[in-house]
Amino acid sequence: MNAAGFPLLSLLTWLPLFGGLIIMFVRGDEATVASNARWTALWTSLIVFVLSLVLWVRFDPADPGFQFVESASWLPQWGITYKLGVDGISVLFVLLSTALTPICILASWEAITTRVREYMLAFLILETMMVGMFAAMDFVVFYMFFEGVLIPMYLIIGIWGGPRRVYAAIKFFLYTLAGSVLMLLALLAMWSVAGTTDIPTLLHTQFPASMQTWLFLAFLASFAVKVPMWPVHTWLPDAHVEAPTAGSVILAGVLLKMGAYGFLRFSLPMLPLASAHLAPLMFALSVVAVVYTSLVALAQTDMKKLIAYSSVAHMGVVTIGIFTVNVQGISGAMFQMLSHGVVSGALFLCVGVVYDRIHTREIARYGGLADRMPAYALLFMLFTMASIGLPGTSGFVGEFLVLVGAFQVNFWLALLGSLGMILGAGYMLYLYRRIIFGRITRDDLRAILDLSPREIAVFAPLVILTLWMGIYPSSFSGFWDATVTAMVEHHQAALRAPLHLATVAP
Amino acid sequence: MIYALAVFAPLAGALVSGLLGKAIGDRGAMGASILGMVIAAICGPVAFFQLTAGAVEPGVLDLGPGIESGRFHVDWALRYDTLAAAMVAMVSFVSMLIHVYSIGYMGHDARPRYRFFAYLSLFSFAMLMLVTADNLAQLFFGWEGVGLCSYLLIGYWYDRPSACAAAIKAFVVNRIADLPFAVGIALIFFKFGSIEFATIFPAVAQHAADTYVLFGTTFSSIEVIGFLLFIGAMGKSAQLGFHVWLPDAMEGPTPVSALIHAATMVTAGVFLMARMSPLMEFAPYTLGFVTFIGASTALFAATVGCAQNDIKRVIAYSTCSQLGYMFVAAGVGAYQASIFHLLTHAFFKALLFLTAGSVIHAMSDEQDMRKMGGIWRMIPLTYVLMWIGNLALGGIPPFSGYFSKDAIIEAAWASHSGIGHYGFWCTVIAAFLTAFYSWRLIIMTFHGTPRADHHTMEHVHESPLVMTVPLMLLAVGAVFAGWWFHGQLLGADWQAFWGAAIQIAPGNHVLADMEEIPGWVTAAPLVVGIAGIALAYVFYMFVPALPGQLAAALPWAYNFLLNKWYFDELYGAVIVRPLMALGHGLWQVGDATIIDGIPNGLASLTEGGSAQVVKVQTGSIAVYAFSMLIGLVVLVSIFLLFLR
Repeated sequence: MNAAGFPLLSLLTWLPLFGGLIIMFVRGDEATVASNARWTALWTSLIVFVLSLVLWVRFDPADPGFQFVESASWLPQWGITYKLGVDGISVLFVLLSTALTPICILASWEAITTRVREYMLAFLILETMMVGMFAAMDFVVFYMFFEGVLIPMYLIIGIWGGPRRVYAAIKFFLYTLAGSVLMLLALLAMWSVAGTTDIPTLLHTQFPASMQTWLFLAFLASFAVKVPMWPVHTWLPDAHVEAPTAGSVILAGVLLKMGAYGFLRFSLPMLPLASAHLAPLMFALSVVAVVYTSLVALAQTDMKKLIAYSSVAHMGVVTIGIFTVNVQGISGAMFQMLSHGVVSGALFLCVGVVYDRIHTREIARYGGLADRMPAYALLFMLFTMASIGLPGTSGFVGEFLVLVGAFQVNFWLALLGSLGMILGAGYMLYLYRRIIFGRITRDDLRAILDLSPREIAVFAPLVILTLWMGIYPSSFSGFWDATVTAMVEHHQAALRAPLHLATVAP
Repeated sequence: MIYALAVFAPLAGALVSGLLGKAIGDRGAMGASILGMVIAAICGPVAFFQLTAGAVEPGVLDLGPGIESGRFHVDWALRYDTLAAAMVAMVSFVSMLIHVYSIGYMGHDARPRYRFFAYLSLFSFAMLMLVTADNLAQLFFGWEGVGLCSYLLIGYWYDRPSACAAAIKAFVVNRIADLPFAVGIALIFFKFGSIEFATIFPAVAQHAADTYVLFGTTFSSIEVIGFLLFIGAMGKSAQLGFHVWLPDAMEGPTPVSALIHAATMVTAGVFLMARMSPLMEFAPYTLGFVTFIGASTALFAATVGCAQNDIKRVIAYSTCSQLGYMFVAAGVGAYQASIFHLLTHAFFKALLFLTAGSVIHAMSDEQDMRKMGGIWRMIPLTYVLMWIGNLALGGIPPFSGYFSKDAIIEAAWASHSGIGHYGFWCTVIAAFLTAFYSWRLIIMTFHGTPRADHHTMEHVHESPLVMTVPLMLLAVGAVFAGWWFHGQLLGADWQAFWGAAIQIAPGNHVLADMEEIPGWVTAAPLVVGIAGIALAYVFYMFVPALPGQLAAALPWAYNFLLNKWYFDELYGAVIVRPLMALGHGLWQVGDATIIDGIPNGLASLTEGGSAQVVKVQTGSIAVYAFSMLIGLVVLVSIFLLFLR
């Protein structure tokens, strides 16, 4: 039935939920429950990760279409099928999700002490939702997972978060839900035209030009919040600041990619006319995001807020890349998303390391950590440089390809969109200086301990990925090159097609 | 192949000493780092001489795939031609000497030293990757790599706020220039469909007529590319406007200054111009701009150098000035002369910095020349070496600087263009100032009455052999390099030496025209040089009261020079502070008040509204019935009015 010979994607999707069920049935005193829950969650996520490596090995990069496809009849009278599959765009996001989840669980090992069972359960449900979303080949299935992600994340922020967690959680929920309602309407409209919610069919359905604009705007409302794009980004800093460390990692690492993934999966290929028509709007919003949030990041006094704002700026580069609609631009956007998933996750973990020790995220409370924590200083430097986009780290490849892609559209788009290169260096190095450099002035910092073996185990895979992606990028971009090339060709063909032929497909 | 070994041995040294430094201890880490550099310093020159002797052919060593995306394709590859090999030989050799010197210089540092040596080796590696790049992406890798390493080394003493600030400044100023550079690379891809040298250079002639519209004006696209690349070069090579990071880079330990100023980093911009010579030759207006900036920088930095009191800052501004010379040469099409000066400069500037380090070492870490003096008998070797370095810098024959600097000044004259003559006059005046501040440095540092306290004076001592031997080797280079390479690099059959590494346009006869210039032009640099030395003796040896009187008579001029033309103050007021304020404003007003104000306002509106709605629900059946009646009336009215 598919390259793996068994329903791999369903397994990847539902196995975490199954692990969660096991955790539910753990009995005993609180310490036992907590310990069992941790180990069960870790093993579940590790098994899922190892299974997902089958995708890495068996995925055929030369094939631009969907692979590992599996489908089951679900609501045939409505044209809705339970259908999973991955193509070059989604395959590495599945891997990113399965790789980050065990890291998050390990990072929460000691930081989470209350309601451990429920916490681990939430994370496993989250993994189910993320993997299912990236693997979905049916719009309804996608929509359910897309919305489903909200619930565990809402709980993770709202229950295990900081002092203003309830405000942040509700803000997060309302912002993202408000957009989703419009996406549901768009979904219905598309279904009424195409008669099905099957994504491959929708990809080849030509929607009327007038309809495309409305559909695009409805999608935009949903995806822009998730990316987040300026000016609907303000939920993100609050959510990050209040979320526990692992929550921030998964939020920045995977959840932010959902919006951009949506653009790539739906807006761009299904609505080519509107995408071309509204690209200037997207560019404008993205450039504003890059410059605006970078400047705001300069002024931050809270570590997590600073990195959260930098995320918005980095995602601005992604949205520029997507709407250039050329191979370099989209490829760069893909690379930037994966890189940002690894690097910003790692940066939030870096914040978590000192937060666990000193219990504050205020930048001014720190300084001089290099003396006491040389290993930590080295790691933080590496991820800082990756965030700045130093060649040789993962951050450079994406930014550079987007620059090359954007240049083919417009000189100023390339120049202004890359201002993050300068401003990013400014705010990240300023952050690094205030935390790591300088003299230690406080007693609690004098006694601070360097990374523990568990923390090194958490960071090691991220370090390897950051350098690997930077030095040998084609081992990653090879996965999507064919898909992206096909997508660009499809887009150009759609723009060339005479408008009056844009009729309703079966 | 030994060439690859020369590039990667420093990386291995850096990794071993950096990652295992704690385990194997300082001595082990230093050993690993220096071993790597020694291997490089053997392999690099050998590879160079093999190439120039014709024993091996130039070529490209492919290392594996780099970035690939659609048509965009680059490999990791080492380019092996005269230009790259000459740079590799120089970088590896000078850098090795600096490594050895550092053993002695950093001997008293309280911190573990493995970190320092790891950074030094990594720095050398990044520079080697830069000069051996076969495409612009890899060049950019080395380019940013030296930026990172300079950041780490300038901020090496991270507990000093000034060092941290200088480190960030160096990185960010470089980044500002790197952005146009990166955009230029994108334009090259846009026009040429590739960023690999092997594809670009042969295609330049076909694209010579291409245009690119910018600011509503049509430019030659080659001009735009050249201009963008030159902005990048200005940042790395600290040219006027982007020079502000270089003097502050003195916050790092002295060997770092030597490395940044001599072998690595700042020469990258000059190298870029030479590497891109096949393209730059088709951008005459950009070349004019290059000459203009180079000449202005040479003069500007020389004036500032005359008023500085920190021994390292004087030398730093002299670097800035000498880089200006190199750009003048590149701008008038004499790339050979600019690389020649780059190579001789590497020797004598490393020598100057390291002897300055030796002085600082002897004076118990004092850097202010006003607190030195009267020590030349105590550290005679350092004194002699400093003289050699300054003779080379001042362009006195037969020292190396004489050959290379004269070549540049002559080339500027021989270009027969207005901008070339601007370059000529600026560089001649700068040559006078260079000689003046160089001997000002010598006299203030070594002669006169001792101005340090007796405690320091008691400790003045000659540096250990581990420091002086590298100095002597550099001195050999500073004396002989010019005389030795002059004929090969600039002679009539320069093409035999450079091969295809440097290509000039058919109409470019600068090198040939240099043979036919008036005698006074040839003599001018030497004459003004000697005049500068004489003036320095008058000012600081014979009539020591004169400089003070002059400064008092012209306070505005003195302060203008002392404060480096107020560039830092200008940038602080115009760029840094407004941006910080803008960031704060966008955050507090844009995000917190306006953007968040809408949803928060909606939320409170909903809350308030529901509170009002709650009041309506009184529980009285009469009220409910009455509301229903009103509703019914409204509904029926609407129906009758609109839907009939």
